[in-house]
Amino acid sequence: MRFTKAETVEEALHAMAAGARPIAGGSDLMVAARQGKSPLPESIVAIDRIPALSRMDADERGMRIGAAVSHAQLEVDPRIVADYTALADAAALVGSPATRHVGTIGGNIMNSSPAMDTGAPLVVLDGRVELRSLDRTRQIDISEMWTGPGQSVAAVDELCTAILLPERAPRSGSGYVRLEYRRAMEIAVVGAAASVTLAPDGDLLAAISVALTAVAPTIVSVEIPKEAIGRPVDDDLLDRIAVAASERAQPISDVRASARYRKHIVGVMARRAAASAFGRARGETIGVPLNRTAGIGAP
Amino acid sequence: MTYILTVNGTDYPVDADVTRNLLSVIREVVGLTGTKEGCDDCECGACMVLLDGRPVNSCSYLAVQAQGCAITTIEGLQSDGDLHPLQRHMLESGAVQCGFCTPGMIVSARALLDANPDPDDEDIRIGLSGNLCRCTGYARIIEAVRKTAAGDSG
Ligand SMILES: Cc1cc2nc3c(=O)[nH]c(=O)nc-3n(C[C@H](O)[C@H](O)[C@H](O)COP(=O)(O)OP(=O)(O)OC[C@H]3O[C@@H](n4cnc5c(N)ncnc54)[C@H](O)[C@@H]3O)c2cc1C
Ligand code: FES
Ligand code: FES
Repeated sequence: MRFTKAETVEEALHAMAAGARPIAGGSDLMVAARQGKSPLPESIVAIDRIPALSRMDADERGMRIGAAVSHAQLEVDPRIVADYTALADAAALVGSPATRHVGTIGGNIMNSSPAMDTGAPLVVLDGRVELRSLDRTRQIDISEMWTGPGQSVAAVDELCTAILLPERAPRSGSGYVRLEYRRAMEIAVVGAAASVTLAPDGDLLAAISVALTAVAPTIVSVEIPKEAIGRPVDDDLLDRIAVAASERAQPISDVRASARYRKHIVGVMARRAAASAFGRARGETIGVPLNRTAGIGAP
Repeated sequence: MTYILTVNGTDYPVDADVTRNLLSVIREVVGLTGTKEGCDDCECGACMVLLDGRPVNSCSYLAVQAQGCAITTIEGLQSDGDLHPLQRHMLESGAVQCGFCTPGMIVSARALLDANPDPDDEDIRIGLSGNLCRCTGYARIIEAVRKTAAGDSG
Protein backbone atom coordinates (compact mmCIF):
# COMPACT_ATOMS: atom_id res chain seq x y z
CA MET A 1 0.00 0.00 0.00
CA ARG A 2 1.13 3.53 -0.77
CA PHE A 3 0.35 6.26 1.78
CA THR A 4 0.60 10.00 1.31
CA LYS A 5 -0.63 12.86 3.41
CA ALA A 6 -2.17 15.81 1.60
CA GLU A 7 -1.57 19.29 3.01
CA THR A 8 -3.94 20.99 0.56
CA VAL A 9 -7.06 20.13 -1.43
CA GLU A 10 -5.01 20.39 -4.66
CA GLU A 11 -2.52 17.79 -3.41
CA ALA A 12 -5.39 15.48 -2.53
CA LEU A 13 -6.98 15.94 -5.97
CA HIS A 14 -3.67 15.18 -7.73
CA ALA A 15 -3.23 12.04 -5.66
CA MET A 16 -6.80 10.94 -6.40
CA ALA A 17 -6.35 11.59 -10.12
CA ALA A 18 -3.35 9.25 -9.91
CA GLY A 19 -5.53 6.54 -8.35
CA ALA A 20 -5.32 7.13 -4.58
CA ARG A 21 -8.45 6.80 -2.43
CA PRO A 22 -9.03 9.31 0.37
CA ILE A 23 -8.97 8.43 4.04
CA ALA A 24 -10.35 10.88 6.60
CA GLY A 25 -10.81 9.39 10.07
CA GLY A 26 -10.62 5.87 8.68
CA SER A 27 -13.37 4.65 11.01
CA ASP A 28 -15.25 2.98 8.17
CA LEU A 29 -12.23 2.13 6.02
CA MET A 30 -10.09 0.57 8.77
CA VAL A 31 -12.88 -1.39 10.41
CA ALA A 32 -13.99 -2.84 7.05
CA ALA A 33 -10.38 -3.77 6.26
CA ARG A 34 -9.67 -5.37 9.63
CA GLN A 35 -12.93 -7.32 9.48
CA GLY A 36 -11.83 -8.59 6.07
CA LYS A 37 -14.86 -7.07 4.32
CA SER A 38 -12.82 -4.95 1.95
CA PRO A 39 -9.03 -4.62 1.93
CA LEU A 40 -7.42 -1.20 2.25
CA PRO A 41 -7.01 0.48 -1.15
CA GLU A 42 -3.63 0.06 -2.93
CA SER A 43 -2.96 3.74 -2.55
CA ILE A 44 -4.31 6.05 0.14
CA VAL A 45 -4.18 9.80 0.58
CA ALA A 46 -4.91 11.19 4.04
CA ILE A 47 -7.15 14.24 3.91
CA ASP A 48 -7.76 14.77 7.63
CA ARG A 49 -5.01 17.40 8.06
CA ILE A 50 -6.13 19.74 5.29
CA PRO A 51 -7.10 22.94 7.13
CA ALA A 52 -9.67 24.01 4.50
CA LEU A 53 -11.59 20.74 4.97
CA SER A 54 -11.79 20.99 8.76
CA ARG A 55 -13.49 24.37 8.91
CA MET A 56 -17.05 25.53 9.34
CA ASP A 57 -17.97 28.92 7.91
CA ALA A 58 -21.25 30.75 8.32
CA ASP A 59 -22.61 33.77 6.49
CA GLU A 60 -26.02 35.18 5.58
CA ARG A 61 -26.50 32.52 2.90
CA GLY A 62 -26.06 29.66 5.33
CA MET A 63 -23.29 27.37 6.40
CA ARG A 64 -20.37 25.63 4.75
CA ILE A 65 -19.16 22.55 6.59
CA GLY A 66 -15.76 21.19 5.51
CA ALA A 67 -15.86 17.50 4.63
CA ALA A 68 -13.31 16.59 7.32
CA VAL A 69 -15.27 18.24 10.14
CA SER A 70 -15.77 15.63 12.85
CA HIS A 71 -19.02 14.59 14.51
CA ALA A 72 -17.54 15.92 17.78
CA GLN A 73 -17.18 19.38 16.19
CA LEU A 74 -20.74 19.27 14.86
CA GLU A 75 -22.47 18.16 18.04
CA VAL A 76 -21.32 21.24 20.01
CA ASP A 77 -21.11 23.91 17.31
CA PRO A 78 -23.47 26.71 18.47
CA ARG A 79 -24.76 27.50 14.96
CA ILE A 80 -25.44 23.85 14.14
CA VAL A 81 -27.20 23.30 17.45
CA ALA A 82 -29.30 26.46 17.07
CA ASP A 83 -30.23 26.41 13.37
CA TYR A 84 -29.48 22.92 12.01
CA THR A 85 -30.45 21.03 15.15
CA ALA A 86 -31.29 17.72 13.44
CA LEU A 87 -27.65 17.46 12.34
CA ALA A 88 -26.44 18.04 15.92
CA ASP A 89 -28.94 15.39 17.12
CA ALA A 90 -27.41 12.93 14.65
CA ALA A 91 -23.73 13.77 15.21
CA ALA A 92 -24.17 13.36 18.98
CA LEU A 93 -25.44 9.79 18.47
CA VAL A 94 -22.56 8.46 16.36
CA GLY A 95 -20.63 5.62 18.05
CA SER A 96 -18.73 6.73 21.15
CA PRO A 97 -16.72 9.85 22.03
CA ALA A 98 -13.76 8.33 20.15
CA THR A 99 -15.83 7.56 17.05
CA ARG A 100 -17.15 11.11 17.06
CA HIS A 101 -13.65 12.59 17.24
CA VAL A 102 -12.30 10.39 14.48
CA GLY A 103 -15.33 10.11 12.17
CA THR A 104 -16.06 12.92 9.72
CA ILE A 105 -19.18 14.16 8.01
CA GLY A 106 -17.56 13.65 4.59
CA GLY A 107 -16.67 10.06 5.46
CA ASN A 108 -20.20 9.42 6.69
CA ILE A 109 -21.73 10.73 3.44
CA MET A 110 -19.24 9.11 1.08
CA ASN A 111 -19.47 5.75 2.82
CA SER A 112 -23.11 5.89 1.68
CA SER A 113 -24.57 3.45 4.17
CA PRO A 114 -28.39 3.51 4.33
CA ALA A 115 -27.96 3.47 8.14
CA MET A 116 -25.77 6.60 8.25
CA ASP A 117 -27.03 9.10 10.80
CA THR A 118 -26.14 12.45 9.20
CA GLY A 119 -27.91 11.61 5.90
CA ALA A 120 -31.58 12.10 6.81
CA PRO A 121 -30.89 15.39 8.67
CA LEU A 122 -28.93 16.74 5.70
CA VAL A 123 -31.79 15.79 3.35
CA VAL A 124 -34.45 17.65 5.37
CA LEU A 125 -32.12 20.64 5.79
CA ASP A 126 -31.75 20.84 1.96
CA GLY A 127 -28.01 20.17 2.06
CA ARG A 128 -25.84 20.24 -1.04
CA VAL A 129 -22.61 18.37 -1.51
CA GLU A 130 -19.59 19.98 -3.14
CA LEU A 131 -17.54 17.51 -5.14
CA ARG A 132 -14.18 18.38 -6.69
CA SER A 133 -11.86 16.66 -9.08
CA LEU A 134 -8.90 18.10 -10.98
CA ASP A 135 -11.08 19.21 -13.90
CA ARG A 136 -14.28 20.34 -12.23
CA THR A 137 -16.16 21.45 -9.14
CA ARG A 138 -19.84 20.61 -8.91
CA GLN A 139 -22.63 20.78 -6.39
CA ILE A 140 -25.43 18.31 -6.11
CA ASP A 141 -28.48 18.06 -3.89
CA ILE A 142 -27.76 15.60 -1.14
CA SER A 143 -31.05 13.85 -1.91
CA GLU A 144 -29.51 12.85 -5.27
CA MET A 145 -26.27 11.65 -3.75
CA TRP A 146 -26.86 7.97 -3.04
CA THR A 147 -27.80 5.28 -5.53
CA GLY A 148 -27.67 2.17 -3.33
CA PRO A 149 -25.98 0.72 -0.26
CA GLY A 150 -22.36 1.94 -0.37
CA GLN A 151 -22.95 3.66 -3.71
CA SER A 152 -23.07 7.30 -4.70
CA VAL A 153 -23.04 9.41 -7.84
CA ALA A 154 -19.49 10.62 -7.03
CA ALA A 155 -16.76 9.47 -9.40
CA VAL A 156 -13.70 7.74 -7.91
CA ASP A 157 -11.52 10.80 -8.42
CA GLU A 158 -14.01 13.19 -6.83
CA LEU A 159 -13.25 14.55 -3.39
CA CYS A 160 -16.12 15.74 -1.24
CA THR A 161 -14.88 19.14 -0.11
CA ALA A 162 -17.88 20.56 1.73
CA ILE A 163 -21.52 20.27 2.67
CA LEU A 164 -23.53 23.45 2.11
CA LEU A 165 -26.60 24.21 4.18
CA PRO A 166 -28.87 27.08 3.13
CA GLU A 167 -29.95 29.75 5.61
CA ARG A 168 -33.02 28.64 7.58
CA ALA A 169 -36.35 30.42 7.20
CA PRO A 170 -37.55 32.22 10.35
CA ARG A 171 -39.64 30.01 12.66
CA SER A 172 -38.01 26.78 11.52
CA GLY A 173 -37.00 23.80 13.61
CA SER A 174 -35.61 20.34 12.96
CA GLY A 175 -34.93 17.10 14.77
CA TYR A 176 -33.52 13.59 14.30
CA VAL A 177 -34.26 10.44 16.29
CA ARG A 178 -33.20 6.86 15.76
CA LEU A 179 -34.29 3.62 17.31
CA GLU A 180 -31.36 2.02 19.09
CA TYR A 181 -31.10 -0.91 21.47
CA ARG A 182 -28.02 0.46 23.25
CA ARG A 183 -27.10 4.05 23.90
CA ALA A 184 -23.61 3.89 22.41
CA MET A 185 -21.64 1.98 19.75
CA GLU A 186 -24.90 1.33 17.98
CA ILE A 187 -26.13 1.78 14.45
CA ALA A 188 -29.66 2.91 13.70
CA VAL A 189 -32.30 0.18 13.61
CA VAL A 190 -34.33 2.89 11.86
CA GLY A 191 -34.22 6.68 12.10
CA ALA A 192 -36.16 9.75 11.03
CA ALA A 193 -35.40 13.43 10.53
CA ALA A 194 -37.94 16.23 10.17
CA SER A 195 -37.77 19.91 9.40
CA VAL A 196 -40.73 22.21 10.03
CA THR A 197 -41.33 25.87 9.16
CA LEU A 198 -44.29 27.70 10.66
CA ALA A 199 -46.23 30.59 9.12
CA PRO A 200 -45.05 34.04 10.32
CA ASP A 201 -48.20 34.51 12.38
CA GLY A 202 -49.80 31.67 14.30
CA ASP A 203 -48.65 28.08 14.47
CA LEU A 204 -49.87 26.90 11.06
CA LEU A 205 -47.54 24.74 9.01
CA ALA A 206 -45.76 26.55 6.15
CA ALA A 207 -43.33 23.78 5.11
CA ILE A 208 -42.33 20.30 6.23
CA SER A 209 -39.89 17.66 5.11
CA VAL A 210 -39.21 14.20 6.49
CA ALA A 211 -36.47 11.70 5.61
CA LEU A 212 -35.79 8.17 6.85
CA THR A 213 -32.73 6.13 7.85
CA ALA A 214 -32.23 2.38 7.38
CA VAL A 215 -35.56 1.51 5.77
CA ALA A 216 -34.51 1.39 2.11
CA PRO A 217 -31.32 0.90 0.05
CA THR A 218 -30.56 4.61 0.59
CA ILE A 219 -31.79 7.45 2.81
CA VAL A 220 -35.27 8.31 1.46
CA SER A 221 -37.55 11.37 1.63
CA VAL A 222 -41.20 11.03 2.57
CA GLU A 223 -43.85 12.74 0.49
CA ILE A 224 -46.08 14.63 2.93
CA PRO A 225 -49.64 15.20 1.60
CA LYS A 226 -50.10 18.77 0.30
CA GLU A 227 -53.17 19.29 2.53
CA ALA A 228 -50.83 19.41 5.53
CA ILE A 229 -49.68 22.91 4.58
CA GLY A 230 -51.67 25.66 6.29
CA ARG A 231 -52.93 23.33 9.01
CA PRO A 232 -52.12 23.35 12.71
CA VAL A 233 -49.58 20.76 13.83
CA ASP A 234 -51.86 18.57 15.92
CA ASP A 235 -52.19 14.85 16.65
CA ASP A 236 -54.09 14.27 13.46
CA LEU A 237 -51.33 15.81 11.34
CA LEU A 238 -48.61 13.92 13.24
CA ASP A 239 -50.54 10.67 12.69
CA ARG A 240 -50.63 11.35 8.96
CA ILE A 241 -46.86 11.91 8.98
CA ALA A 242 -46.39 8.58 10.76
CA VAL A 243 -48.55 6.78 8.20
CA ALA A 244 -46.78 8.43 5.26
CA ALA A 245 -43.37 7.43 6.71
CA SER A 246 -44.41 3.81 7.25
CA GLU A 247 -45.82 3.63 3.72
CA ARG A 248 -42.58 5.01 2.26
CA ALA A 249 -40.42 2.45 4.07
CA GLN A 250 -39.23 -0.62 2.13
CA PRO A 251 -37.10 -2.22 4.82
CA ILE A 252 -35.34 -5.56 5.00
CA SER A 253 -35.40 -8.06 7.85
CA ASP A 254 -32.08 -8.76 9.52
CA VAL A 255 -30.69 -9.69 12.93
CA ARG A 256 -31.55 -6.27 14.27
CA ALA A 257 -35.24 -6.08 13.35
CA SER A 258 -37.88 -7.59 11.08
CA ALA A 259 -39.11 -5.65 8.08
CA ARG A 260 -42.61 -5.51 9.58
CA TYR A 261 -41.32 -3.97 12.83
CA ARG A 262 -39.09 -1.49 11.00
CA LYS A 263 -41.99 -0.37 8.82
CA HIS A 264 -44.18 0.28 11.83
CA ILE A 265 -41.60 1.83 14.13
CA VAL A 266 -40.18 4.23 11.54
CA GLY A 267 -43.60 5.89 11.58
CA VAL A 268 -43.30 6.34 15.34
CA MET A 269 -39.82 7.83 14.88
CA ALA A 270 -41.05 10.19 12.15
CA ARG A 271 -43.88 11.34 14.40
CA ARG A 272 -41.46 12.11 17.23
CA ALA A 273 -38.98 13.85 14.96
CA ALA A 274 -41.78 16.02 13.50
CA ALA A 275 -43.28 16.83 16.92
CA SER A 276 -39.87 17.93 18.22
CA ALA A 277 -39.08 19.91 15.06
CA PHE A 278 -42.40 21.66 15.57
CA GLY A 279 -41.58 22.40 19.22
CA ARG A 280 -38.19 23.80 18.26
CA ALA A 281 -39.76 25.92 15.50
CA ARG A 282 -42.04 27.41 18.16
CA GLY A 283 -38.99 28.25 20.24
CA GLU A 284 -39.19 25.48 22.83
CA THR A 285 -35.85 24.33 24.21
CA ILE A 286 -35.54 20.63 23.47
CA GLY A 287 -32.09 19.23 24.34
CA VAL A 288 -29.59 17.67 21.92
CA PRO A 289 -29.51 14.81 21.17
CA LEU A 290 -33.23 14.33 20.90
CA ASN A 291 -32.81 10.61 21.57
CA ARG A 292 -31.74 11.32 25.15
CA THR A 293 -34.39 13.99 25.72
CA ALA A 294 -37.06 11.63 24.37
CA GLY A 295 -35.67 8.72 26.41
CA ILE A 296 -35.09 6.45 23.42
CA GLY A 297 -32.62 3.60 23.94
CA ALA A 298 -32.04 1.64 27.12
CA PRO A 299 -31.09 3.78 30.15
CA MET B 1 7.86 2.68 5.68
CA THR B 2 9.91 4.62 8.23
CA TYR B 3 8.47 7.46 10.25
CA ILE B 4 8.42 8.99 13.71
CA LEU B 5 5.68 8.63 16.32
CA THR B 6 5.61 10.85 19.38
CA VAL B 7 4.38 8.78 22.31
CA ASN B 8 4.14 10.28 25.81
CA GLY B 9 6.49 13.06 24.77
CA THR B 10 9.23 10.81 23.32
CA ASP B 11 9.95 10.46 19.59
CA TYR B 12 10.16 6.83 18.47
CA PRO B 13 11.48 5.90 15.03
CA VAL B 14 9.13 3.35 13.47
CA ASP B 15 9.95 1.01 10.61
CA ALA B 16 6.73 -0.87 9.87
CA ASP B 17 4.39 -1.85 7.07
CA VAL B 18 2.09 1.09 6.20
CA THR B 19 -1.03 -0.99 6.72
CA ARG B 20 -0.25 -1.54 10.42
CA ASN B 21 -2.75 -0.26 12.97
CA LEU B 22 -1.64 2.13 15.69
CA LEU B 23 -2.28 -0.42 18.45
CA SER B 24 0.14 -3.00 17.10
CA VAL B 25 2.82 -0.38 16.45
CA ILE B 26 2.51 1.00 20.00
CA ARG B 27 2.68 -2.48 21.50
CA GLU B 28 5.16 -4.21 19.24
CA VAL B 29 7.37 -1.49 17.75
CA VAL B 30 7.35 1.22 20.40
CA GLY B 31 7.15 -1.51 23.04
CA LEU B 32 4.54 -0.05 25.37
CA THR B 33 2.11 -2.83 26.26
CA GLY B 34 -0.22 -1.00 28.67
CA THR B 35 -2.62 -0.38 25.78
CA LYS B 36 -4.67 -3.56 25.30
CA GLU B 37 -6.25 -5.37 22.39
CA GLY B 38 -9.71 -6.58 23.37
CA CYS B 39 -11.70 -6.99 20.19
CA ASP B 40 -9.59 -5.51 17.36
CA ASP B 41 -12.93 -4.37 15.97
CA CYS B 42 -13.56 -0.90 17.40
CA GLU B 43 -16.10 -2.23 19.88
CA CYS B 44 -14.52 -2.53 23.35
CA GLY B 45 -12.28 0.49 23.97
CA ALA B 46 -9.42 -1.50 25.56
CA CYS B 47 -7.09 0.03 22.97
CA MET B 48 -7.98 3.67 23.70
CA VAL B 49 -5.17 6.23 23.37
CA LEU B 50 -5.23 10.00 23.04
CA LEU B 51 -4.21 11.77 19.84
CA ASP B 52 -3.62 15.44 20.61
CA GLY B 53 -5.84 14.92 23.65
CA ARG B 54 -8.73 13.27 21.79
CA PRO B 55 -9.69 9.62 22.41
CA VAL B 56 -9.08 7.20 19.55
CA ASN B 57 -9.55 3.42 19.23
CA SER B 58 -5.98 2.58 18.25
CA CYS B 59 -6.94 -0.87 16.90
CA SER B 60 -8.85 0.79 14.08
CA TYR B 61 -6.55 3.70 13.34
CA LEU B 62 -3.78 3.66 10.79
CA ALA B 63 -0.45 4.15 12.59
CA VAL B 64 1.00 6.34 9.82
CA GLN B 65 -1.92 8.71 10.24
CA ALA B 66 -0.78 9.45 13.81
CA GLN B 67 2.47 11.06 12.61
CA GLY B 68 2.79 14.56 13.94
CA CYS B 69 0.29 13.97 16.74
CA ALA B 70 1.04 13.87 20.45
CA ILE B 71 0.07 10.29 21.35
CA THR B 72 -0.73 9.59 25.01
CA THR B 73 -0.99 6.04 26.29
CA ILE B 74 -1.75 4.79 29.79
CA GLU B 75 2.01 4.83 30.52
CA GLY B 76 1.98 8.57 29.93
CA LEU B 77 -0.38 9.37 32.79
CA GLN B 78 1.91 8.78 35.78
CA SER B 79 4.55 11.34 36.58
CA ASP B 80 7.87 10.32 38.14
CA GLY B 81 6.40 7.10 39.42
CA ASP B 82 3.40 8.78 41.05
CA LEU B 83 0.09 7.44 39.84
CA HIS B 84 -2.31 9.84 38.15
CA PRO B 85 -5.28 10.56 40.48
CA LEU B 86 -7.52 8.58 38.09
CA GLN B 87 -5.26 5.55 38.44
CA ARG B 88 -5.21 5.88 42.22
CA HIS B 89 -8.97 6.29 42.51
CA MET B 90 -9.60 3.33 40.19
CA LEU B 91 -7.49 1.14 42.47
CA GLU B 92 -8.86 2.51 45.71
CA SER B 93 -12.50 2.37 44.61
CA GLY B 94 -12.26 -1.29 43.70
CA ALA B 95 -12.88 -0.40 40.06
CA VAL B 96 -10.25 -2.88 38.83
CA GLN B 97 -11.00 -6.59 38.74
CA CYS B 98 -9.31 -8.46 35.89
CA GLY B 99 -7.91 -5.09 34.81
CA PHE B 100 -8.05 -5.65 31.08
CA CYS B 101 -10.41 -2.74 30.41
CA THR B 102 -8.67 -0.46 32.92
CA PRO B 103 -6.07 1.30 30.73
CA GLY B 104 -8.72 2.15 28.12
CA MET B 105 -11.18 3.29 30.78
CA ILE B 106 -8.62 5.57 32.37
CA VAL B 107 -7.57 7.05 29.03
CA SER B 108 -11.22 7.78 28.12
CA ALA B 109 -11.83 9.24 31.57
CA ARG B 110 -8.77 11.46 31.18
CA ALA B 111 -10.14 12.82 27.88
CA LEU B 112 -13.50 13.40 29.54
CA LEU B 113 -12.06 15.27 32.54
CA ASP B 114 -9.78 17.39 30.35
CA ALA B 115 -12.83 18.51 28.35
CA ASN B 116 -15.24 18.69 31.29
CA PRO B 117 -13.63 18.96 34.74
CA ASP B 118 -16.98 18.80 36.51
CA PRO B 119 -19.01 15.99 34.90
CA ASP B 120 -22.24 14.62 36.35
CA ASP B 121 -22.87 10.87 36.33
CA GLU B 122 -24.59 11.04 32.94
CA ASP B 123 -21.59 12.88 31.47
CA ILE B 124 -19.30 10.20 32.91
CA ARG B 125 -21.43 7.43 31.41
CA ILE B 126 -21.36 9.12 28.00
CA GLY B 127 -17.61 9.76 28.31
CA LEU B 128 -16.98 6.07 29.01
CA SER B 129 -19.62 4.79 26.60
CA GLY B 130 -17.01 3.43 24.18
CA ASN B 131 -15.42 1.25 26.86
CA LEU B 132 -16.72 -2.16 27.89
CA CYS B 133 -16.01 -3.80 31.24
CA ARG B 134 -17.01 -7.42 31.70
CA CYS B 135 -16.21 -7.57 35.43
CA THR B 136 -17.12 -4.61 37.55
CA GLY B 137 -20.62 -3.55 36.53
CA TYR B 138 -19.29 -0.01 36.03
CA ALA B 139 -20.58 1.53 39.28
CA ARG B 140 -17.15 1.70 40.88
CA ILE B 141 -15.52 2.98 37.73
CA ILE B 142 -18.00 5.85 37.67
CA GLU B 143 -17.32 6.44 41.35
CA ALA B 144 -13.57 6.62 40.71
CA VAL B 145 -14.04 9.22 37.99
CA ARG B 146 -16.41 11.19 40.20
CA LYS B 147 -13.87 11.19 43.04
CA THR B 148 -11.09 12.32 40.71
CA ALA B 149 -13.25 15.17 39.41
CA ALA B 150 -14.03 16.20 42.97
CA GLY B 151 -10.28 16.36 43.65
CA ASP B 152 -10.73 13.78 46.39
CA SER B 153 -7.27 12.90 47.66
CA GLY B 154 -8.41 9.77 49.52
C1 LIG C 1 -17.59 1.75 16.57
C2 LIG C 1 -18.21 2.50 15.43
C3 LIG C 1 -19.45 3.09 15.62
C4 LIG C 1 -20.06 3.81 14.58
N1 LIG C 1 -21.27 4.37 14.81
C5 LIG C 1 -21.87 5.06 13.81
C6 LIG C 1 -23.15 5.66 14.03
O1 LIG C 1 -23.71 5.60 15.13
N2 LIG C 1 -23.73 6.33 12.99
C7 LIG C 1 -23.11 6.46 11.79
O2 LIG C 1 -23.68 7.08 10.90
N3 LIG C 1 -21.90 5.89 11.56
C8 LIG C 1 -21.27 5.21 12.54
N4 LIG C 1 -20.05 4.63 12.30
C9 LIG C 1 -19.45 4.73 10.97
C10 LIG C 1 -18.38 5.82 10.79
O3 LIG C 1 -17.77 6.16 12.01
C11 LIG C 1 -18.95 7.10 10.19
O4 LIG C 1 -19.53 6.80 8.95
C12 LIG C 1 -17.87 8.19 9.99
O5 LIG C 1 -18.51 9.43 9.78
C13 LIG C 1 -16.94 7.89 8.84
O6 LIG C 1 -16.01 8.95 8.72
P1 LIG C 1 -14.44 8.68 8.52
O7 LIG C 1 -13.83 10.02 8.33
O8 LIG C 1 -13.90 7.87 9.62
O9 LIG C 1 -14.47 7.85 7.16
P2 LIG C 1 -13.32 7.03 6.42
O10 LIG C 1 -13.29 5.65 6.95
O11 LIG C 1 -12.05 7.81 6.41
O12 LIG C 1 -13.93 7.03 4.96
C14 LIG C 1 -15.13 6.36 4.65
C15 LIG C 1 -15.28 6.27 3.12
O13 LIG C 1 -15.50 7.56 2.57
C16 LIG C 1 -14.45 7.94 1.69
N5 LIG C 1 -14.18 9.34 2.00
C17 LIG C 1 -13.91 9.88 3.23
N6 LIG C 1 -13.84 11.22 3.14
C18 LIG C 1 -14.06 11.53 1.84
C19 LIG C 1 -14.12 12.77 1.11
N7 LIG C 1 -13.97 13.96 1.73
N8 LIG C 1 -14.37 12.73 -0.22
C20 LIG C 1 -14.53 11.53 -0.85
N9 LIG C 1 -14.50 10.35 -0.22
C21 LIG C 1 -14.27 10.34 1.11
C22 LIG C 1 -13.30 7.00 1.99
O14 LIG C 1 -12.50 6.78 0.84
C23 LIG C 1 -14.05 5.75 2.41
O15 LIG C 1 -14.50 5.04 1.29
C24 LIG C 1 -19.41 3.92 13.32
C25 LIG C 1 -18.16 3.33 13.14
C26 LIG C 1 -17.55 2.63 14.17
C27 LIG C 1 -16.21 2.03 13.95
S1 FES D 1 -9.36 -3.50 20.72
FE1 FES D 1 -9.86 -1.57 19.89
S2 FES D 1 -11.90 -1.29 20.46
FE2 FES D 1 -11.48 -3.30 21.15
S1 FES E 1 -12.08 -5.16 35.17
FE1 FES E 1 -12.26 -6.88 33.89
S2 FES E 1 -13.04 -6.05 32.05
FE2 FES E 1 -13.12 -4.39 33.40
